[in-house]
Amino acid sequence: MIITLNNRKETFSQQEMSITRIMDQKSFHFKMLIVKLNGILIPRESWPLTVVRDGDRLDIIHLVSGG
Amino acid sequence: MTVIQNITSHLSVKKAGIAGAGGLGSNVAAALVRSGVGHIVIADYDAVTESNLNRQFYFEDQVGRLKVEALRENLLRINSRTNVEARSCKITARNAQSLFNSCDVVIEALDSAKEKKWFAEWMIAHFPFKPLIMGSGMAGYGSPETLRVQRSGNLYICGDQKETDEKLVPLLAPRVIMVAMMQANLALQLLLKEKP
Repeated sequence: MIITLNNRKETFSQQEMSITRIMDQKSFHFKMLIVKLNGILIPRESWPLTVVRDGDRLDIIHLVSGG
Repeated sequence: MTVIQNITSHLSVKKAGIAGAGGLGSNVAAALVRSGVGHIVIADYDAVTESNLNRQFYFEDQVGRLKVEALRENLLRINSRTNVEARSCKITARNAQSLFNSCDVVIEALDSAKEKKWFAEWMIAHFPFKPLIMGSGMAGYGSPETLRVQRSGNLYICGDQKETDEKLVPLLAPRVIMVAMMQANLALQLLLKEKP
């Protein structure tokens, strides 16, 4: 499948994947993340169960302390 | 009307909300007031400390004072016609609605990642159509090319999004103010979008 991950096209060999698997594969291992799938906020507890498919838009934002 | 007069007259009726009056918030506020934004709402519960002066828009004689009050004074010294609503409070689910409801754009300038996450999620849930400009990752010095803007719908994130150890990589004026200026610059872009 091809998805748009953080505004970039990304190709995965699988046809569909959970958000957690994508995060593992792309090494997103931070504590404070905001995840949006097709514009909708996905809470942390739903990441393992939420399926990402071809053409989806996934945004993963890392929030860092300091301001 | 000259171009700059056209811009300032357009901005004079706009309202920007700023969550936090630290390194990001105080500097964003100054840039927006200088640009001519007429209405600013700023919320923070902290007082100015000596250690804030290395990056925040405060002065030695303001140490010990409430940030929002000191900032209001500084902003009015730039442009006395600006309407500055200084709210000395912690932003919570109880007051966020009344603080930011009437704002055309909201700038997140909080300190901890946990607070940033809470605020972003609250804004997405309650004001999904209001632009929210966040700051994430600005510690240390050098590497200006790593500072960037990520957009996701009405959410904009300025900074390098890199986690660092606070004790080893402190916050210093240039990168903090660069991110603040990225936020202010984006706010102007959004506020001037429908300019005639």
